Amino acid sequence: MTEPAAALRRTCLHEEHVRLGARMVPFAGWEMPVQYTGIIDEHNAVRQAAGMFDVSHMGRYEVTGPQAAALLRHVCTYDMTRLQPGQGHYAAVCRPEGGIMDDVYAYALAAGRYLLVANASNAGKIYDWLARHAGGFTADLADRHTSTCMIAVQGPQALERLADVLDPAFVRSLRPRACAETAWEGATVFASRTGYTGEDGLELVAPADAGPRLWRALLGAGVRPCGLGARDTLRLEASLLLYGNDMDETVNPFEIGLAWAVTLDDGAGFIGRETLLRLSEEPPTRTLVCLKAEERGVIRPGCAILRSGRQIGNVTSGSHSPTLGVSIAMGFVPPEAAAEGTQLTVDVRGRALKARVVPRPFYRRPRPEERKA
Amino acid sequence: MVILPNLRYTKEHEWVLVEDGIGTVGITDYAQDQLGDIVYVALPAPGRRLSQLAVFGEIESVKAVSELYSPVSGEVVESNGALADKPELINDSPYGEGWIMKVRLADEGEIEKLLTAAQYSDYIEREAG
Repeated sequence: MTEPAAALRRTCLHEEHVRLGARMVPFAGWEMPVQYTGIIDEHNAVRQAAGMFDVSHMGRYEVTGPQAAALLRHVCTYDMTRLQPGQGHYAAVCRPEGGIMDDVYAYALAAGRYLLVANASNAGKIYDWLARHAGGFTADLADRHTSTCMIAVQGPQALERLADVLDPAFVRSLRPRACAETAWEGATVFASRTGYTGEDGLELVAPADAGPRLWRALLGAGVRPCGLGARDTLRLEASLLLYGNDMDETVNPFEIGLAWAVTLDDGAGFIGRETLLRLSEEPPTRTLVCLKAEERGVIRPGCAILRSGRQIGNVTSGSHSPTLGVSIAMGFVPPEAAAEGTQLTVDVRGRALKARVVPRPFYRRPRPEERKA
Repeated sequence: MVILPNLRYTKEHEWVLVEDGIGTVGITDYAQDQLGDIVYVALPAPGRRLSQLAVFGEIESVKAVSELYSPVSGEVVESNGALADKPELINDSPYGEGWIMKVRLADEGEIEKLLTAAQYSDYIEREAG
C-alpha cells in the first residue's frame, strides 16, 4: 500500500525534479524521483561520466558537545572516537540482542562536532534511539533533515564537474572517505568523498535554501540528474547493502560481512557489544552471498535460493545489471553453500534460473589508467 | 503517448492488430513507458493455445515484472525471437519491431470485446489521473 500523496514529504529540490520531468514515487514517506530519462541511461551516466542524486530524504543529525564522540561510540558498532576531524566511517546501530536497527555513516567535522547520516526509512527510529541514550552524555542532538539538503555526485568525471562548481582546490584536497566544509556562494557546504554507487565522487550537504541553486549549478556543469532506480542498480553492482533488503533487525553484522565495521577490541560497552562479541566467536549460520544469473531472467528480492532442489535461502536484493547485462542478486545461504563458484538455482516465479556464487563486488571501478586504455 | 487508431486494446495494456485471421500482439506505448527499461521477455512457444485475457508470458523491466495477457483466443504461430537479445525493442518501437507474438484467432468476434483506440485513450487518462 502506498501512502496518499498528501502525506508524503518533499525535499527542497522537489520543484527541480518536476521541472526536469522526473517520475516521482513514494519512498520511505518521501516523494522522490525514481527516474528522469530512464534507469539504464542514468546508470550508464554514472558509470561513464557523472550523475547526481537527491538524497535529502536520508536522516542527518548533528551531534555536538564534549561527549559527542562517546555518545556515537555508545550507539554505533564502530569506535567513532577514533575519527580525527575530517574523517568518516561506516557502522551499524544494533539492538542489545545484536539485530541491526540501521546502518549509518558518521563524519567528524571538528572535535566535538559530528554528522550522522541514517537511512530515510529509519531516520525517526535512529533519532529517537540517539535521544533516548543521549541522557548520560554531555552532547546535543540536532535534526538537520529539513534545514539541509543532500546531493550525491558520483562518477568517473564527478570530481572534475564538482571542481567547476565548488572551489577546485577544496575538491582536490578531499581524500577517499575524508570530509570537510567549504564556502559556496555564501553558504557552508559539507562534502565527503563517499558514495553508494561504486564510483568516485562526493556527497554534499547544503542549507536547504541554497539547495536548488547548487543543484542547478551542478546541472550546468554537466552532471546528469539520476533517480532512485539507478541508485539501486548502481549500489547492487557495487554489492553495497540496502537496509530493509539485505539487513534488518533479524540480521547481525557478521552475517552480512560487516565485521570491519564492528570494533570489539576497545573495551567500550557499546549497545549490543556482549551479543556481538559472542557472535564474533561463533560460526555464522548463514551468510550473504553475491549471485550472478547464468541464463536470462531477472532475480528479485524474496525469490527462493535452491541447491539440489531444496530451498536453502532467500534473495534479499536482485535486479538486472546494466553493466554486466545479466541479472545479479544477493541473498542468504548456509556457509557450506557460500563458496565462490557454487552452482545454485533461484526460483523466479516457478522458473528455476541457474545462478552461481561470485566474488564481491560484482563491479569494481577501473583505475583511471585502465579507463583511458 | 502514441495510441494507434487501427489497433484494439486490453485494459492490461496489450494491443492487437488483426490481418487475415492472424493477430499481432504487443504492449502499448503507455505500458512500455510505465515499465521503463525492458530487460527480459518470457515468450510463448509456437503451438501454445491461449484463451482471451489468459496470461501468455511475462515482461521484466529493471524496476518490476508484469504479466502479459492475450487479447484474443487462439494458437500462437510465432513469437518475436529478436526480443531474446534485444528486449529494448519494446521500448524503442512498441507497435513495430517490439511486437511480441502472432496468434491465429479462434474467434474473430472476440475483437469486439476489446477497447477501441478512443476507449483505451480514455482508460489510460483515468488510470493516470
